[in-house]
Amino acid sequence: MEMPRPNPDILARKPQLLARLSGVLPSDALISDPAETRAYECDALTAYKCPPLAAVLPSSTQQVSDVLRICHEMGVPVVPRGSGTSLAGGALPTEDSVILGVARLNQVLETDYENRFIRVQSGRTNLSVTGAVEADGFFYAPDPSSQLACAIAGNVAMNSGGAHCLKYGVTTNNLMGVTMVLMDGTVIELGGAHLDAAGYDLLGLVCGSEGQLGVVIEATLRILHKPEGARPVLMGFDSNEVAGQCVSDIIKAGVLPVAIEFMDRPCIRACEAFARAGYPDCEALLIVEVEGSDAEIDEQLETIMEIAHSHNPVELRQSTSAEESARIWLGRKSAFGAMGQINDYMCLDGTIPVTELPYVLRRIGEMSGEFGLDVANVFHAGDGNMHPLILFDANKPGDLERCEALGAEILKLCVEVGGCLTGEHGVGIEKRDLMTDQYAPEDLEIQMAVKDVFDPKWLLNPAKVFPLAASEAHRIAAE
Amino acid sequence: MLIPQTEAELAAIVAEAEGPFHVQGGGTRPIGGPVAGMPLSTSGLSGIALYEPGALTLVAGAGTPLAEIEQVLAAEGQRLAFEPMDHRGLLGTEGVPTIGGVFAANVSGPRRIQAGAARDFLLGVRFVDGRGQVVRNGGRVMKNVTGYDLVKLMAGSYGTLGVLTEVALKVLPDTATAATLTLTGLDDGTAIRVMARALGSPFEVTGVAHRPDGPEGVPLTLLRLEGTERSVAYRAAEMARLLAAFGEVQIDHDTARTRQTWQGIRDVKPFHGVSGDVWRLSVKPSDAAGVVAGISSARALYDWAGGLIWVLVPEGTAAGDVRAALSGVGGHATLIRGGERDAAFHPLDPTIEALQCGLRQRFDPRGLFNFGLMGVAA
Repeated sequence: MEMPRPNPDILARKPQLLARLSGVLPSDALISDPAETRAYECDALTAYKCPPLAAVLPSSTQQVSDVLRICHEMGVPVVPRGSGTSLAGGALPTEDSVILGVARLNQVLETDYENRFIRVQSGRTNLSVTGAVEADGFFYAPDPSSQLACAIAGNVAMNSGGAHCLKYGVTTNNLMGVTMVLMDGTVIELGGAHLDAAGYDLLGLVCGSEGQLGVVIEATLRILHKPEGARPVLMGFDSNEVAGQCVSDIIKAGVLPVAIEFMDRPCIRACEAFARAGYPDCEALLIVEVEGSDAEIDEQLETIMEIAHSHNPVELRQSTSAEESARIWLGRKSAFGAMGQINDYMCLDGTIPVTELPYVLRRIGEMSGEFGLDVANVFHAGDGNMHPLILFDANKPGDLERCEALGAEILKLCVEVGGCLTGEHGVGIEKRDLMTDQYAPEDLEIQMAVKDVFDPKWLLNPAKVFPLAASEAHRIAAE
Repeated sequence: MLIPQTEAELAAIVAEAEGPFHVQGGGTRPIGGPVAGMPLSTSGLSGIALYEPGALTLVAGAGTPLAEIEQVLAAEGQRLAFEPMDHRGLLGTEGVPTIGGVFAANVSGPRRIQAGAARDFLLGVRFVDGRGQVVRNGGRVMKNVTGYDLVKLMAGSYGTLGVLTEVALKVLPDTATAATLTLTGLDDGTAIRVMARALGSPFEVTGVAHRPDGPEGVPLTLLRLEGTERSVAYRAAEMARLLAAFGEVQIDHDTARTRQTWQGIRDVKPFHGVSGDVWRLSVKPSDAAGVVAGISSARALYDWAGGLIWVLVPEGTAAGDVRAALSGVGGHATLIRGGERDAAFHPLDPTIEALQCGLRQRFDPRGLFNFGLMGVAA
């Protein structure tokens, strides 16, 4: 993975930079000892590592603003970091950059049930946002798999999704406002407790901009009252085509499940061996969950079961208790752990039109054979967001490269059938060089022009999202 | 009026342009302005390119009539969940509303509080920028974080950043039945509390509105429930119980009448043909009653549980007099009908305005598109 060569001039000015930063930060918020900066050398994409020049952990808006102003004045790149759970390398530093971690900004600032929002500092973890309101019957809907650890800052940066977005949408649909610090230290407010923007929808533009437009330090999030109940049904089919058709038929029938999860045979087997959830040994498995009162759930499941029956399932199991529900979800929720037991794996994140599911799964199977690497598929079928897991051996020379090459081919396939490279993980460095497969040069050019406006010196997370060759002119012009 | 028939023709017109354009869809929503320049309509870029009911997605030319899309969706039992308003009755305009116009103005109706706004349903766009280049962003899938989200930026930018040529959107299943629950005689402050209580329940209310001056001058507080017959009946009963302390809750289970009632709220029917300037205010719901009380001689219609307030004021009321009511509480106010049209869009914080101007200059360096709209001085 190519990264821009570190600027020797910046490396040489490290003492001056540290001196200025220590003037605006408490001593425990500035980390520059190489033994300690190593903790920030990578995120959850661990294949690529590089310790930063320094890491800062500000605990106030003023400190964030001061740090950015100083880095701006000294021309030092800044890589914002939430909890470091990015699978795309979104928080990977360069040797000449400062990591700005928001972990200490983790307070709840305001909870307003009457107007149904919560305002938090962005270092707060996703799950603890719900944690702050669930005793009162409320929750925050986006639920990425890493929700125990991941920060709202990263959720906003990547526009994170989760298993329940079919009904509740992704981060951008649940984000009402942010406080953000621009690279020159200016603090701005976008949105708030009211709906929609005055002027352009800059909030929508910032969400998913991968920390390249500003550092989000506070977020106003929509909270919802929890549904009265939820219940899943598990279905097994002997072909991916039939399972795919079943998904499409459920959606067409006018039922809107809160989640439709899909697992293929390699994934089912691994999960079953790991979690013993009692899954059938079949080609494709669906978990469909609906919400509401008991009677409403019964009514929706009646329709869903009828559709499932018409597709001759090899297994059809409706949960009748909380224990059974937990058991149905058990295998799915341990999918990533189960894969990790077998081997190293790389988790992809392409999205495809739901109608292309059978074709794409068949092609992935063929490609898996060509590359000699196993691929297991587990994904959010209702919205077409696929997570092929490519198994490889990190200790075997050449395996990682082969895995990456297969990953790139699968993502190109997603684009080819009308989908996209990433549904919820972000581009980061991982999919940076594939951007030209999805977008024409002018499509990328106008996106980079947006960065020119927010960060004219291209100092915020500059080596991400856009292929380096494409962004080079912007980065050089900014110097 | 220029009416290009293809995207390529439009791109060529823009690339060779020597003067500004007044970009429009069907011209039914003349908000702000007036805009100088050659009228340029997207109505020639019409037609549904793709509709996959099983994938809940539809792709159409920006100039496709909204009615055509709604008809095609209805045939499959689906709908635009964000329920776009028809501005013709309120503004006294004629013409054919287009899907591109809906997104350019980010037009959402009562269901916005539960389902989301127009911008939340826009999956992808194609547009021609100020250089005459065709740009693509987003796609036709529901989850997509590949690159910057210019889709959101284009939604609600009133044609000032580029001319939309094609939109891809998410649609949702329609519901079989709908019911309206009504409480009568509540003052604005109490109504706001009732609406907050309803929205804070697990019963998935899809419309929450308050008319301080109902048909016989009696205030009406209205809630809408949608779904299957059994589900609506269950939730209506639960909701009536929940709100019993605020007075008698009347339940109207007639679906057709409910649809008509909410179409009236969506289109701000109480102000049709009534003289006066009309403003659209977006505020934190609990601030709504206070904001309205702060505007002299105002008539109000509250939607979105108070988050959206339609305000009718005497003709010629100064923009500053309306906006003064927002000072200290936040939110924004847009003039929709009459009054000082060049003050229609809410003034922005200087830093935000600078960002907006910067974007405008990058997308449309020659200031060709709807110059002067949205307060953006290029």
